[in-house]
Amino acid sequence: MTGRRAGVPWALLVPALAGLAFLVLPLAGLLVRAPWSTLGARLAEPQVLAALRLSLVTATLATALCLVLGVPLAWLLARTRFPGQGLVRALVIVPLVLPPVVGGVALLMLLGRRGLLGRWLEAAFGVTLPFSTAGVVVAEAFVALPFLVISVEGALRAADSRYEEAAATLGASRWTAFRRVTLPLIAPGVLAGATLSWARALGEFGATITFAGNFPGRTQTMPLAVYLALETDPEAAIVLSLVLLVVSVAVLALLRDHWGLGARAG
Amino acid sequence: MNRGTGGLDARLVVHRESRAGRFALDLALAAAPGEVVALLGPNGAGKTTALRALAGLERLTAGHVRLGGTALHPLPVEARPVGMVFQDYLLFPHLSALENVAFGPRCRGVGRREARRRAAALLDRVGLAEYAAVRPRALSGGQAQRVALARALAAEPGLLLLDEPLAALDAHTRLEIRSGLRRHLADFDGVTVLVTHDPLDAMTLADRLVVLEEGVLVQEGSPAEVARRPRTGYVARLVGLNLYRGTARGHTVTVERAELDAAEALDGEVFVVFAPAAVALYRSRPHGSPRNVWNTTIAGIERQGDRVRVRLGGPLPAAADVTPAAVAELGLAEGVAVWAAVKATETHAYPA
Repeated sequence: MTGRRAGVPWALLVPALAGLAFLVLPLAGLLVRAPWSTLGARLAEPQVLAALRLSLVTATLATALCLVLGVPLAWLLARTRFPGQGLVRALVIVPLVLPPVVGGVALLMLLGRRGLLGRWLEAAFGVTLPFSTAGVVVAEAFVALPFLVISVEGALRAADSRYEEAAATLGASRWTAFRRVTLPLIAPGVLAGATLSWARALGEFGATITFAGNFPGRTQTMPLAVYLALETDPEAAIVLSLVLLVVSVAVLALLRDHWGLGARAG
Repeated sequence: MNRGTGGLDARLVVHRESRAGRFALDLALAAAPGEVVALLGPNGAGKTTALRALAGLERLTAGHVRLGGTALHPLPVEARPVGMVFQDYLLFPHLSALENVAFGPRCRGVGRREARRRAAALLDRVGLAEYAAVRPRALSGGQAQRVALARALAAEPGLLLLDEPLAALDAHTRLEIRSGLRRHLADFDGVTVLVTHDPLDAMTLADRLVVLEEGVLVQEGSPAEVARRPRTGYVARLVGLNLYRGTARGHTVTVERAELDAAEALDGEVFVVFAPAAVALYRSRPHGSPRNVWNTTIAGIERQGDRVRVRLGGPLPAAADVTPAAVAELGLAEGVAVWAAVKATETHAYPA
C-alpha cells in the first residue's frame, strides 16, 4: 500500500466504501442504541446470565465433540486414500452450505423420538436428545464440525508428511507418529479450527431452535434469547447482542494475534 | 531392539509409473557388517529410491531385504532395525535436540530416563552435549546434521541409511562434518548405505562404491578401483578422466577412427583412460619419444581453480588441463587448431 489514492478508480472505490459501511454501520447502530446507563443491571439479570452460561458451556462441549470426531476425520481425508474420498469430502462440507434449519430438521429425523436412531436410543438407554441441553450440543456440533475438519485438513496438507516417515524409521507406529509428531506440528491449525468452530457454535440459531427448542435455562442459548427478547423487550435484545459481539471480536483478536489469521496472511 | 550385526543382502526391484514417465530400479546389494557402501549416480538414477526401499518407505515390486539372515521386507517401516538420516534431516521442530535423539529409543520401548541418558551420551559423542535443550530451529546446518546422525544411531540400528548426508552444508562445514562422519561410521558395527552424487564424499566415506545409472548397477568396486578404471562416461567425468571404448590389438587400441598406444597389451574390447593433466598441447607437430599425437581444434576453454581446462574436438574428444601461462604462450582460444600428445605410459587400457 503506497497511498496512491489517485490511482484507485471511482468505480471501485465507491462500492468498496459502501461495502465497508454496510458491514460496520449496523454494528455502530447497535452501540449507539445500547442502554449504557442500565447495562450493568441488565447484564446481571438471571435470564441473561443463564443464557450466557448455557451458550458458553454448550459451545465448548460442541467444540470438544468436534475435536474428537473432526481431527481423525481430517487425518483420514489428508493422509489416506480410499475410493469415494471426493464424495466424503463434499459430504463433510454440506453442513457449511446447508441452511441450519434444514440441519435441525434432519437431526430430528435421525435422532428425534421417532427418528431412525432416536427411537432405538430411547428404547435402549432412555436417552432423548431433542429439546435437551445435550440436543443443543449436538445441533451446534453438527454445524461447527465442517469448520474444524477444513482447518485441520488444511494444516495436515501444509505439514510435511516426511516428518511422519522420519518418525516411522525411528520405530514409531502410525498412531505414535500422529500423537507425538503430527499433532504437535499441526497444533496451530487445530487451535484455529477449534476457535472457529467454537465461534460458529456460539452463534448457532437455526438448527438449535429446530432440534432443541427454546426452553430458558435448558436449551435457550444467547442467540435464541436475543430473538425472543426482540419481541418483548428490545433493549434486552440489544444488551444480549452486545455481549455476543464482544465475545466474537475477542475470538477474532485471539485468532489474529496467535495464529496469524487476518492481517496479511493468505 | 536386537542389534542386527549381520550383513545386508538385498535385491531391490521397484517399478513406478508417474506423469514424469516410467521408472524402474533393479539393484542387487550386499554388504558385510561394518562396511560402508556408497550409492553413487546422477540425479534420477534411483539412489534415493533404493535407500527408501531398504527402509521400507518405498514398496518393493519384487525382491528381498535381509539383514543378518532376518527378512526385513515383510516388516513395516517401524519394525525394521534401521536408522535413517534424511537429506534435510527432518528433525522434529517441536522437540529439543535431546528429545529428538531420545525419540527412537522411546518408540522402541526404552524407559524415559534410560532413553534420555542414551540420547545425552550420543549428543556428547557427536560433540553437542551443550545443545541438548536447543530446538532444531536454533541449530546450524552442521549441528543439525550431527543431531540427525545421533538420532538415527540412538535406536541402535543394524542398518544405517544416509541420504545425501552432506549435500545441505556449505563447503567449509562440509569438510569438517565429513571427517566427523567418517569417524562415526568407522565406529558403527552395522551396515551403512549412503547415497551421494558427490564423488569426494563417496571416496572418503565409503569402503565400496556402487554406481547406479537409470536404475541399474553400472559399476561396483573400491573407491580406488572405480577411480582408476571407470566404466561409463558418468563415472569418468566424476573421477576426472578421459574415457574411450575401443578394440585392442597389442598395445594399440582403435577408438573409432583414431588409434591410441596404451601401456598395457590387450586383445579385444577395452576401455582406455588418461588424465586431462597427461595431455600436452602444441601449435605445431611435436617430435621425439613415441607418444600418441593427433591434431584437433579447441571446442572450449574454462578456468578451474589454478588450472585451465581445454575441451578438444574430434577425432578424439578429450579434456586437457594446462596452466594459464601455457594458454597465453600458445595463444589458445576456441576454434584454434592444435596438436595434442599423450605418452603411452600415461594411457591405461583394461578389458571392457
